[in-house]
Amino acid sequence: MKKVHVTTTVNGDPVEFLADPRETLLDCLRNHLDLTGTKEGCGTGDCGACSVTLDGTLVCSCLVLGVEAEGKKVETIEGMASEGELHPLQRQFIEHAALQCGFCTPGILVAAKSLLEQNPDPSESEIRFWLAGNLCRCTGYDKIVRAVQDAAAEMRGAA
Amino acid sequence: MRYHTPTSFQEAARLAAASGGLLRYLAGGTDVLVQMRAGMVQPDELIDLKHIPGVFDISRNADGGWRIGVAVPGRVLGAHEALCGDWPGVVEGMNLVGSTQVQGRATLTGNLCNGSPAADSVPGLVAAGATVTITGPDGSREVPVEAIPTGPGRTVLKKGELISAITLPPRGAHGGDAYLRFIPRTEMDIAVVGAAVNVTLDGDRIAKARVALGAVAPTVLLVEAAAKAIVGSTLDEAALDRLAAASSAAAKPISDKRGTVEFRVDVVGVLARRAAKIAYDRAKGMSK
Ligand SMILES: Cc1cc2nc3c(=O)[nH]c(=O)nc-3n(C[C@H](O)[C@H](O)[C@H](O)COP(=O)(O)OP(=O)(O)OC[C@H]3O[C@@H](n4cnc5c(N)ncnc54)[C@H](O)[C@@H]3O)c2cc1C
Ligand code: FES
Ligand code: FES
Repeated sequence: MKKVHVTTTVNGDPVEFLADPRETLLDCLRNHLDLTGTKEGCGTGDCGACSVTLDGTLVCSCLVLGVEAEGKKVETIEGMASEGELHPLQRQFIEHAALQCGFCTPGILVAAKSLLEQNPDPSESEIRFWLAGNLCRCTGYDKIVRAVQDAAAEMRGAA
Repeated sequence: MRYHTPTSFQEAARLAAASGGLLRYLAGGTDVLVQMRAGMVQPDELIDLKHIPGVFDISRNADGGWRIGVAVPGRVLGAHEALCGDWPGVVEGMNLVGSTQVQGRATLTGNLCNGSPAADSVPGLVAAGATVTITGPDGSREVPVEAIPTGPGRTVLKKGELISAITLPPRGAHGGDAYLRFIPRTEMDIAVVGAAVNVTLDGDRIAKARVALGAVAPTVLLVEAAAKAIVGSTLDEAALDRLAAASSAAAKPISDKRGTVEFRVDVVGVLARRAAKIAYDRAKGMSK
């Protein structure tokens, strides 16, 4: 199989890798770039554990080919904390104990960040709908929703 | 697998015509990648359409209709106020597809060409009277959406042919459309039954109607008898009963784990009724 040379930007850093064209962006992030924060739950778009943004749009990285990232900007969970400072969402998830095993957490954080960028003050039902494609087997979601609400309030400067 | 990034539809058509093995086009990839992953489909040639100029555009035509690029994802459709104002039923069908993440990628054209009888955006497109431009090695032609699927997973497209745009007709005054589906949960499931209704009013009376049903036959159904049942009426109870009966009569579903024949036949009438009421209220400007 002929490999394809891919040049892209991940969390602001220019990167390159050689990809089999059948490899997903998820596989490329994990296996070629050692960015293992992005998880594979199902590999078929159902669970959201692999959520990243591609040119600012929230996607499942298991449903994007690595070769499609050519010339694009990818943001993953590894880019969320800046200079050792946790993102308000990350802090609120800890504060609210919004995780147990933590497998869904990177995907949910990336998805929630994307929500708050477009809607700084989402209602509970907007949060639940936005995150409907992020499955969590442990928490029952309530703590996740509260954590997102409190992070949103904090980011609006209301808390 | 060879991965191609043509920069025109003619080039894509030439590549496809010249290819030997199994070929897939790549729009949002939300069907193709799932099928690759499941080992159901291992394409030899994958032709990514997203490098062709204009594929992400939504533009209004001179006649007031719309031209939608083949890579426009559901989220972008849903955020387009003027398009949602004209064709809310088409947009709501597409916006039912998958999660936020899937909406960031999934397209109308992919939903149509994947050929699922339960594809959520297709009844709305058919009810709207949408057409697609098919481009092949010998040029282009315009075809109604209902002529594209020929059976589960199959389309009328011949080797070397692909869809280069979707066109929605001008909405015109006093029109409205709606799509409803039945699923056992509220999100993230495949339609057991779907129904789309599009009406144009003359005063309180329905002057024109189109009714399309999903997941109750091997392909989407455009049901003329169901449209006739409400044309000329004010959508009174008698007209709604006729619509439901004609819709149920047209349904030729299968029984599977999602629903039995009897259930689907019944529910398709219920959904056609409800979708017609929403379409009528939208045409009256009484709801969004
Ligand atoms: C988690 C999840 C949930 C889903 N939920 C739903 C749902 O609720 N309802 C629903 O209807 N679907 C659902 N789907 C299926 C899928 O998302 C839709 O069918 C989607 O619209 C496909 O569009 P795409 O752009 O991703 O297609 P792709 O995967 O890129 O392509 C699909 C097919 O269309 C062909 N194709 C694409 N573009 C063209 C073209 N221009 N010309 C000719 N052929 C072309 C390809 O060769 C391929 O066979 C879901 C999928 C996932 C992963
Ligand atoms: S791993 Fe991508 S959605 Fe589950
Ligand atoms: S914390 Fe275990 S899946 Fe969400």
